[in-house]
This record gives sequence, structure tokens and C-alpha cells, in this order.
Amino acid sequence: MRTILYLIRKEFIQIFRNKFIGRAIFAVPIVQMLLLVPALTFELKKVNLCVIDRDMTPESRSLISQLSGSTFFRITHTTSSEKEALALMNNNKCDLILHLPGEFSKNIGKGEPAKVMVSVNAINAVTAQLSWAYLNGVLRDYNMNLVAGNAGMASASSVPRISIVNRYWYNEMLNYKYYMLPGILGILVTAIGFLLAGLNLVREKEIGTIEQINVTPVRKHHFIIAKMFPFLVIGLIDLAIGMVIGKIAFDIPFEGSIALLFLASSIFLIAVLGLALFFSTFSSSQQQFMFVAFFFLIIFILMSGIFTPFESMPVWAQKIDIINPVVHLMKINRMVMLKGSAFSDISREIYSLIIIAIAFTALAVVRYRKTA
Amino acid sequence: MKRFLGFVKKEFLHIFRDFRTLIILFGIPVAEIVIFGYVVSTDVRDANIAFLDLSKDEITNKISDKICSSGFFRRAEDIHSYDDIDRVLKAGNAKAVIVFGDNFGHDLISGGNASVSIIADGSEPNSATLITSYATAILADFTTELNSIYGNINLPVQSEVRMLYNPELKGHFMFVPGVITIVLILICALMTSVTITREKEFGTMEVLLVSPLKPVQIIFGKVMPYFFLSFINVITILLFSWFVFSLPVKGSIALLLAESMLYILLSLSFGILISTVSKTMQQAIFITLIGMMLPTILLSGFIFPIENMPKGYDWVAAIFPPKYFIVIIKNIMIKGTGFIYIWKETLILAAMTVFFIVMSVRNFKIRLQ
Repeated sequence: MRTILYLIRKEFIQIFRNKFIGRAIFAVPIVQMLLLVPALTFELKKVNLCVIDRDMTPESRSLISQLSGSTFFRITHTTSSEKEALALMNNNKCDLILHLPGEFSKNIGKGEPAKVMVSVNAINAVTAQLSWAYLNGVLRDYNMNLVAGNAGMASASSVPRISIVNRYWYNEMLNYKYYMLPGILGILVTAIGFLLAGLNLVREKEIGTIEQINVTPVRKHHFIIAKMFPFLVIGLIDLAIGMVIGKIAFDIPFEGSIALLFLASSIFLIAVLGLALFFSTFSSSQQQFMFVAFFFLIIFILMSGIFTPFESMPVWAQKIDIINPVVHLMKINRMVMLKGSAFSDISREIYSLIIIAIAFTALAVVRYRKTA
Repeated sequence: MKRFLGFVKKEFLHIFRDFRTLIILFGIPVAEIVIFGYVVSTDVRDANIAFLDLSKDEITNKISDKICSSGFFRRAEDIHSYDDIDRVLKAGNAKAVIVFGDNFGHDLISGGNASVSIIADGSEPNSATLITSYATAILADFTTELNSIYGNINLPVQSEVRMLYNPELKGHFMFVPGVITIVLILICALMTSVTITREKEFGTMEVLLVSPLKPVQIIFGKVMPYFFLSFINVITILLFSWFVFSLPVKGSIALLLAESMLYILLSLSFGILISTVSKTMQQAIFITLIGMMLPTILLSGFIFPIENMPKGYDWVAAIFPPKYFIVIIKNIMIKGTGFIYIWKETLILAAMTVFFIVMSVRNFKIRLQ
């Protein structure tokens, strides 16, 4: 036991000897959380719409005014040339073009279908579909008004309508900060722990100081535990700082138990550090480990369900993702913080984390050779 | 000049000596682009949805079937009381619950109005918005069908939609350019950020400093081999996105390659700047990876549109180079526009590159501390 304590003390001294790193492990999460959390929102602001009105009649103008009155569209340009509209879209000045043909009002008057052409910038398929759905909604309202106007109010009220009530539970106002803060915090804690723990071990190899440890009677698992422990502490402190920021700066609700959150995070950190030390046994230089860390961190982050919905990944990817500790942490963080889920709701995630933590730490201990 | 070439040759040897790093170097971008092209998407597919159907009539059955067969949703479970809503949402079994009140069908047909509630799990706002939008659109479609059956009403205005640039609505078109941009800048910056610090940490810097090489020569000599490697990287990446994702290059390939060279040079010189200010490799890697990874991913418009960010963030995003390169490569590859549409972005990237190089040369200390 004494050996471990000495080793841990040595690790702490080594980490904080570099003044920059000693400060940055606490400063970087604070700055990035304050900077990034408010910026991240998928909320679709107004879509820039360009109207080509070849009709110029009261009918077409009433459709246009209905569009500009809707909360989803901002009519930025009106033109009569298709070429100009396309150039605007190429320049990112508009994302939607509505083309009203010359016979628009004539056809409506005759009772024939009046065709309008809609062109959507579809590079981002999701926003394209959404803005198209919104535009369709406006067109539908316009149609209903026309039908009602033609047939008189009596029949219009007998047209069946479904009224829809939307409710968002656990986050009434769809505040993205509530959603992003646990995610960003989780990533930062992961990245710092993973990178520094791994670099630390590889550095001893590269500089050669690992041989000095190898010739001492320090046991393999003592050495690995001593390499993990400081970063576990640092990670938990970062987590606490992050939660305080969340409470003070962003007013994040804490529905669930904070103790449960810290318990889950500790297991998570052990899993991440175990992974890092396991990978570091394969690397012979800091440069190699840096690339390994980069590769896995990007995958962990983008496949974690933080920025993109977990369910929209293909099933095989979701299955592989079971060994991605960040996925489990994200679920736990959100469920505990926002929904107030109890241990029984997240037991599956916690058990998965425990298995990952034990497996990779054990692998790291086994892979570490004192003789090499 | 001969001296300089000798130095460049030494740098090449340093790089090729470490075979493992080389493999990782070329493997990472390809692997990452393939993985993300197939895996990541911001869209909602097969979201679990639960129904609380208090009416259980022909119409509600039709609606729920229509919703579940749309491809966006999968039927999770039918629940029977309001208290169950909290349970299924909390356990994560469903992302949303659709509630039909008593006598829904009767109210709709004879009363002309019936109400349905969509209760979505707001702890994931993005999915929640998409789910409600899609469900609302399906319900509206259903009303239109109903109108033509019961009311015999045909809609006067009909619309025809063209999805420009990406008619099949593939998620790749959004993600592949993004991943290329992010991976390139981070990999290039990581490579060069350790080169000078490595020499400092191992003490070989002294040898370089006493040599007659000027700081500018050392810096360019360090950048050159990596520039060469990264350019090969760019070509493999482009070939991959072409063969695997059939991502087109509608514009000029020469322009695309020229812009990529500029972007690589920028990223490499950014890495050099980091390495001139860092004392240890650990510090350099920390700055590049921890300091830069999240801001470049999140403030580049890769996943989160910059237009949607709060006021002032367009200025913050303006200092991160990936933002400009994403615009450039989307324009050239997907929209097929020429230089005239991207000269501003190109100019900004060029100015940033010059800035990084000048700062690195100025920061380069020719004395040991």
C-alpha cells in the first residue's frame, strides 16, 4: 500500500511540474464549456427564401405574404429570373427558391391545379426536409383558405381537421444547453484523461525512465493503478467544476442524485483510463500514441450520440458502440441530470461500464511487461 | 540551398523511420471517413414511438399504421394510461408518445375536429424537434387524404419539389466534407506541433541551433516533408470519397487540389506555431488535441450550422479556419461553382497561413533557455 502511495505522489508531482499542463487541465474545460455550450443548437432559425413571382397577381402576393408572416421563413429576395435565384443559392444567400409560374392565378380561377416549383438546397438533407415540410404546411393552410373561400364558411368547418398539441417533457422549452452541457463536459473529461494518462506512460518509455521503475520491486498492477489514480482525481474535479458552471452560468436542472452521477463517472473514468493505458502499451513514442488517441477520441465523440442521435446509426454500429464508454456516460448523464432517473433505470449502462473498466484495466496490466 | 536540402532529407528520414506512425497517418483519415460516412447522421430514422390510444377506432389505427410505416418511426409499445408516459420516456424505451383522446375518430368525422398530442422526450432536443416535425407532416398528409375521401376536396395549389445538389438526400454530402476538413487540420497540426518540441525535449535542438541554418529554413524544412505526406493523404481521401460514397467533384479538380494545398499549408504552419511556443511534446499535443479538437468540430459549421448560433458567434467562428474550407470544398465538390464564389474564403485562408508562418519565425528562439 505504501508503495502505491509513493508512486501516486510521484505521478502528481510529475503532472503539475509542467505549469502549463497543471493549469490547462482545469482552465481548458472551463473556457470551452463557457464558449461552446451556448453556441450549439440545432434549432432551425428562419430559412432564407427567394421568390420568383412570374404571376404578380393578388393571389400570388397573398401566398407570399402568408409565407413572410410565418415564423419559419424570411423572404430575402424577390426576382423574376431563375438564373439570378440559382446564383443566390450558389452564394449561400438563400436556401429555398419558390417559383410561382405565370399562369398561377389563372389556373386557380379555372379550378385547375396550379403548380408551384420549390427548389431546396439539399446539401444538408435534414434541414432540407424540414424546411420543405414547413413550406408544405404553409401551402396547405393557403389551400384550406382557398377551399373555404370558394365553398363558403359552412362547408369549410365540416372539413375534418386534426389539431396537434406538441409537448416536450423534461425540457419544456427545448433548451439545447441542458442537452449539450453534459455532453461537452463528458467529452472534455474523457479527452483529458485519455490523452494525458496514455502520454504519461509512453513518455516514460520514450525517455527511458520506465526502466528505472522496472528494476524496482514495484508490482505491475501497482504501477498501472498509480498511473490511473491521479487522472481519476483530476477527472472528477473537472466534472465537479463543470457541474458548478452548469448550475451557475446555465442554470441546468439536477433532477437526480449527484452521488449516483459521480459514482457512474468514476467507473467511466476508470474505463477510459484503462483503455488509454492499454493502447499506450502498443505505442513506443508519444507521437504514435497521439495519433492513436486522436483516432479513438474522434470516434468516441462522434459515435457517442452527443451531437447526432444514437438511434440513427445503423444497427451494427450501435452494437459495436457497446464498448464505447462515452455512449454509456452520455445516457447516464442525461438521464440522471435531466430526467431524474434512478439507479434501476441506468443499471444496464452502469454494468456495461463496469465490464469495460475491468476488462481494459486488466488487459493493460497483462500487456505491460516489466522485462521489455 | 544544399544545406537546406540536406535538412529536408533528414526530416524525411525521421518520418519514414517510424513505420507505425506512417501507417496510422495514412490509415486514420481513410478509416474515419468510411466510418462516419456510413455511421453518422443527424437525421432521425426508426425512432421508437409509443401510442396511448384511448379511442382505439379505425381512424386511430390507420394513423398509427401510417406513422409506423413511414420509415421514420418504429412502434415501441402500446401503453394504456397517462401514468405510463413518464415510465416509457424515462426508461428510454420510446422517444415520443402519441396520445389519441377518447372518441377520436368520431370527433374527427362528425365533429370535424379532433386533437392529438405528441409528447416528445425533450432531453434530446434535436431528435425531439425532428420527431414532432415528421409526425406533424404525416398527420397533415393524413388529413389531406381524408379530405379527398370525405369532403371530396381537391387542393388548388400543388407543389413540386426539387432537391438541389443532393437529390437523393444523402447524409454523406454533409458529413464527408466535414470529416475531411476536421481530420486534415487536426492531423496536419498534430504532426508538426511535435516536431520542434521533440527536438527541444530530446536535446537535439542544440545541434540544429549551432548549425548555420536560419530559423526560416528550419521551419520550412520541417513543413516540407509533412506537406508532401499530407498531399498524398488528401488524394487518398478524395479517391475514397469518390469510390466509396460516390461524392462527386462537380467543379474543377485542379482548383480543389490547389485549395487543399493551401489548407494543408495553413494547418501545418499552425502546428509549427504551437510547437514553437510549447516546452514539451505533452504540452504541444494537449494544446492541439484538447484545445483545438472540440472548437474546430463544433464551431466550423460541420455539425452545427453557424447561422443558428447566438449573436456574436459568427465572429468567434470566423477565427477557425475549418469554417472557410468547408465552404470551399462544398462549393467545388457538390455545387460545382468556380473560384469566383470562393475567392473571399481563399483569401482569408491565405492570410491566416502567412500570419502563422510569420508568427512561428518570430517565436522561434535561437537561444536555449
